[in-house]
Amino acid sequence: MDWTAIVLSTKLALVTLLVLLPLAIFTARWLALTSFRGKPWIEGLLALPLVLPPTVIGYYLLVAMGSHSPLGRWFEAFTGQTLAFSFNGLVVASVLVNIPFAVQPVQRAFEAISPDIHEAAKCCGLSFWQAFRKIEIPLAWPGILSASVMTFAHTMGEFGVVLMVGGNIPGETQTVAIAIYDKVQSFDQASAGMLALLLLIISLVTIAVSYGLVEQLMRRRRSL
Amino acid sequence: MSLVLDLRHDGPLLDFSAEIPEGQITALVGPSGSGKTSILRAVAGLLRVKFARIALGGEIWDGERIHRLTRERPIGLVAQNYGLFPHLSVLGNVETALTQLAPVDRRKRALDCIRLAHVEGLEGRRPHELSGGQRQRVALARAIARDPKVLLLDEPFSAVDRSTRKRLYLELRRLHQQLGATILLVTHDLDEAAQLASHLILINHGRMLQAGATSEVLTRPGSERAARLLDIPNVFPAQAVSGPSGQTLLRWGPHTLRTSDRGTVGQNGPVKFAVLPQNVLLVKADKPWGSHLENPVPVRVQEVITLGGEILVWLQPLGLPELPLQMRLPERALRRYPITVGSEVTVCLRANEVILLDSTRDQAR
Repeated sequence: MDWTAIVLSTKLALVTLLVLLPLAIFTARWLALTSFRGKPWIEGLLALPLVLPPTVIGYYLLVAMGSHSPLGRWFEAFTGQTLAFSFNGLVVASVLVNIPFAVQPVQRAFEAISPDIHEAAKCCGLSFWQAFRKIEIPLAWPGILSASVMTFAHTMGEFGVVLMVGGNIPGETQTVAIAIYDKVQSFDQASAGMLALLLLIISLVTIAVSYGLVEQLMRRRRSL
Repeated sequence: MSLVLDLRHDGPLLDFSAEIPEGQITALVGPSGSGKTSILRAVAGLLRVKFARIALGGEIWDGERIHRLTRERPIGLVAQNYGLFPHLSVLGNVETALTQLAPVDRRKRALDCIRLAHVEGLEGRRPHELSGGQRQRVALARAIARDPKVLLLDEPFSAVDRSTRKRLYLELRRLHQQLGATILLVTHDLDEAAQLASHLILINHGRMLQAGATSEVLTRPGSERAARLLDIPNVFPAQAVSGPSGQTLLRWGPHTLRTSDRGTVGQNGPVKFAVLPQNVLLVKADKPWGSHLENPVPVRVQEVITLGGEILVWLQPLGLPELPLQMRLPERALRRYPITVGSEVTVCLRANEVILLDSTRDQAR
């Protein structure tokens, strides 16, 4: 078993989640509660990773992270490391690619909170943060949970963008999905099979467990 | 400290000023879309209107460059759908309104309010485990938790069945006696307003049509539109002429009616007047006509319908074929005074119950 790749994938998924989730929650809340003229364009932009081929996203990211681009130069000047073909670059790519998986479930959850609830919170004397913490987050929790699981599972299995941006450096950028590809290329069917099965089980278990939890949560508070 | 309101807005249209008396239940009554909920939301600070002046005594909630946030207004709101927090228990819902208190005091105060609103024993339940009436009581418990100076109720009884509603009316009156808060009740139901409110504001298209003591507004509409909103069927055109002693006489077809209402009309010419159906009095056939009999009008009985303990009688005043006059009697009266369709009887309209309607107030709309 290629534990290096498994650990790297898990680490990447957790870091992605940690960076993306708070941003996603506030973006989703904003999109759910406001309407403005350019909103469909913003929503479209955030959903792009769902429809664009990973190679296209990967290509643009690679260009953006390269040492000829402002971002790449800035990062190199700041940290002394390059962004492309590094774990950090992988995190940036992974965060961007996962935006729709993180934002959309949370946005739907915030949209499902009736305006009555927001107004009741104000009438109860709650400040923005009190209402956010005591009312909104608990009510949006099923969406946040779904978003976390989708982001985690999707990052564990992401292939195209990771390959484009990170290449195939064991211990640095070689995730499980790329390790499987690597094993198949070198005719190591047994290792590839093991890793593929592992990824399948992880994905199925996380998604099934999250669906179960969400349904349980929803059942407890239904009919209002 | 009365609550003084002056609100203007375009969408929804509002041009409303009123004074809500302190410590009373005031009903804001109007058809749907008349802007009554918008007024309530503006008082709560939930709706920003173009121009708003809202003050409770010397405390300005809305004014020039002043807009107090909802959470800083001493209000409690029971919304139409209650807005209960579905993830919290009954106790949790009420405690949420008390975050300014220390946890021990919070629990004590929440339990007090739950008791006041008659939902004790349900503290641990979630909103979806409650009946409509129980939800309404929980919303009320939560609304009174912060000891509001003004309690805002937006059609709070619309989602509960009839028998529960009667009980809730009683509980609200009792609660009001205990708390003494100023209550502003939005409703489209005149009966509800009549039973609960001591003060009534009639509103249409965002404007106040009439305001005053509930019994006064319900029985003395000031304008034709008010009469229509109050569901008074007997509104008729007539010619006003000056009587011998300066009083107003109404020429109504071949009939002449005296009215003690000087209104704001004061001039001769076409006017409209209203008579409440319960104020159309049937005169016994064998009774000698005396001076006590005011404004006798001979009529022909067109239709008699019994409706829930009452009898509605449509009468056609002689000489005025196109104008049916509605009379309302208690059912037992029919046993004493048999009325048959087609018969001719005499009714009398007391001068102080012939109400002159102000047409200028309607034209201004």
